[in-house]
Amino acid sequence: MSAVGLGVLLGLGLFTFIYAEGFSYFTTDPKACANCHIMNSEYDSWVKSSHHIVAGCVDCHLPHALVPKLVAKAVNGYHHSKGFTFQDFHEPIMIKPHNSRILQEACLGCHAGLVHDIVAGSTTDANAVSCVHCHSSVGHGS
Amino acid sequence: MTDQNPSTEGKAPTSRRPKIALLVAIILVVAGSTAVITGLLVNIFQRKQEAKNPYLRFVDVTNDTTDPAEWGKNWPREYDGYLRTVIPTRTKYGGGSASETMPPPEKADKNPWLTRMFAGYAFAIDYRDRRGHAFMLTDQESTKRTKERKQPGSCLHCHASVIPLYRQTGAELLPTAPPAEQIQKGFEAVSKLDYWEANAKLEKSGHKHPVSCVDCHDPKSMQLRVTRPGFINGIKALKAHEGIADYDPNRDATRQEMRSFVCGQCHVEYYCGPKTTLFFPWINGLKVEEIESYYDNYKFDDGHRFYDWKHAETGAEVLKAQHPEFEVWNQGTHAKAGVACADCHMPYMREGALKVSDHWVRSPLTNVNRACQQCHHYPEQEIVKRVVTIQDRHFALLTRTGNALVDMLDAIKAAKAASATDAQLEPILELQRKAQWRLDFVAAENSMGFHAPQELARILGESIDMSRQAQLAAVSLKMTLAQAAPKAVPPN
Repeated sequence: MSAVGLGVLLGLGLFTFIYAEGFSYFTTDPKACANCHIMNSEYDSWVKSSHHIVAGCVDCHLPHALVPKLVAKAVNGYHHSKGFTFQDFHEPIMIKPHNSRILQEACLGCHAGLVHDIVAGSTTDANAVSCVHCHSSVGHGS
Repeated sequence: MTDQNPSTEGKAPTSRRPKIALLVAIILVVAGSTAVITGLLVNIFQRKQEAKNPYLRFVDVTNDTTDPAEWGKNWPREYDGYLRTVIPTRTKYGGGSASETMPPPEKADKNPWLTRMFAGYAFAIDYRDRRGHAFMLTDQESTKRTKERKQPGSCLHCHASVIPLYRQTGAELLPTAPPAEQIQKGFEAVSKLDYWEANAKLEKSGHKHPVSCVDCHDPKSMQLRVTRPGFINGIKALKAHEGIADYDPNRDATRQEMRSFVCGQCHVEYYCGPKTTLFFPWINGLKVEEIESYYDNYKFDDGHRFYDWKHAETGAEVLKAQHPEFEVWNQGTHAKAGVACADCHMPYMREGALKVSDHWVRSPLTNVNRACQQCHHYPEQEIVKRVVTIQDRHFALLTRTGNALVDMLDAIKAAKAASATDAQLEPILELQRKAQWRLDFVAAENSMGFHAPQELARILGESIDMSRQAQLAAVSLKMTLAQAAPKAVPPN
């Protein structure tokens, strides 16, 4: 009997996962980030941004090394699903300090050679200048 | 076997109990997990539905559906916001009714010079602070300005969902004309009526509602559109001045422009009658002196130069400014950056997976998070402080300008008492007209300086200068008269 119950639970869980397009979160397709519709305007403006041909959501918002990437994905995935299910997040959405550091590192991942003289300590110092402080619309609007 | 029996019988209850407990635990865990996953599934389903259906048309709405409740059946989220406009809101300088049933305080309580400026005009007897859109019609019916003074039907142009009445009236007069001409004709006819006559006609037509959905939305596509003849004619004249012939906002304006134009249908300077049909004075442009130059060159049908009323204390033929929010916003930094009225006063908000324009139209200061922080990524308190700083400075300058105006009025009155002639007073009264027009233009504008701080300070500076010039002239005129008087009748 418990096997039946567990089977039903497994089936229901699997269905929910597929219905919620759970597998899309294992891809790097920016459309997946707008699955929940919250990021619609970010997605729409990314499509028209200067960076859309060279970088998708994960290129800037996740670390580039494998393990930190999976950790960040899991942490953000948890916060996003919790926030969207319970509708209890701050609006307008603001980036968290930890994610802000990931973002800055991602900028430097490509542009470090060009800007290394002006951004020393930019991912560690509390008051360091961050790229998006001025270049706020290169990725997307809000 | 037999000797084992007692031990098995003795063990049986103890070994079965954990099994039952385990079974119960599994059932509870599976039931709990299933409930949670089902809940999640339903939640996801709900969000997907929200994203799929921006709205469902339960009832048909047309150009004659003025009752917002009907539209509310199709667009409940927007209607909810609209209904909230009854809620009293207050900022440091705006609003102030204590409850939904209490009218807001008189503006003259805070600005006593207003009563002097409006001497001889209905605004001197009753001029209260603003309330929400929901009250626009009832407040107009209850003000002493309509109850104790005669007013024209044109007041309804902006205080009711009046277009169907215009169309009906126009259709009776021009049965075969196209709808746009019928609306224009009806607008002219209704504007000529006495206010209460027009109000009764509106009630009889079944369209007695304050501003309604149909005034800004096309009932078929829900796209923004402008309907008020005053605005359609006014913007056409303005664009012609800018070199664009035959401008039709409903055809030529961008979506973002429409997000301001719909508000500009009413939140503007206009002449409301009764000497001619209501018009927006935009033919020379939107700035204070461009509007003034239009008024100065405008002749009524009787050939007299344009004026709103004769000032009771001085006899000057003065102008009354309405509420030129649209004109002033146009001179400000937000307009230059392409920010529309609706971006701050009806910001987007999210309900589940849906993006909705907040139809609770109100001061952005009561909604800083959605109204300002979308662009200005600073703490809410810092934003409010910056606005209040602008408004405090503006209010101080406004009060100073009001006091200068009062000093001028005193000086002119004193000169008149010293038997100054009309010819002697004429250039002084001309300065009063200019000074008063500028002060009123700024004071009547609803943002306490925020829409365009520098432009408004410039206008107030001019007003102070003109008031003081007039005061100086009046004082020296009085002195001249006083010096001349004893010579005419030498003391014995």
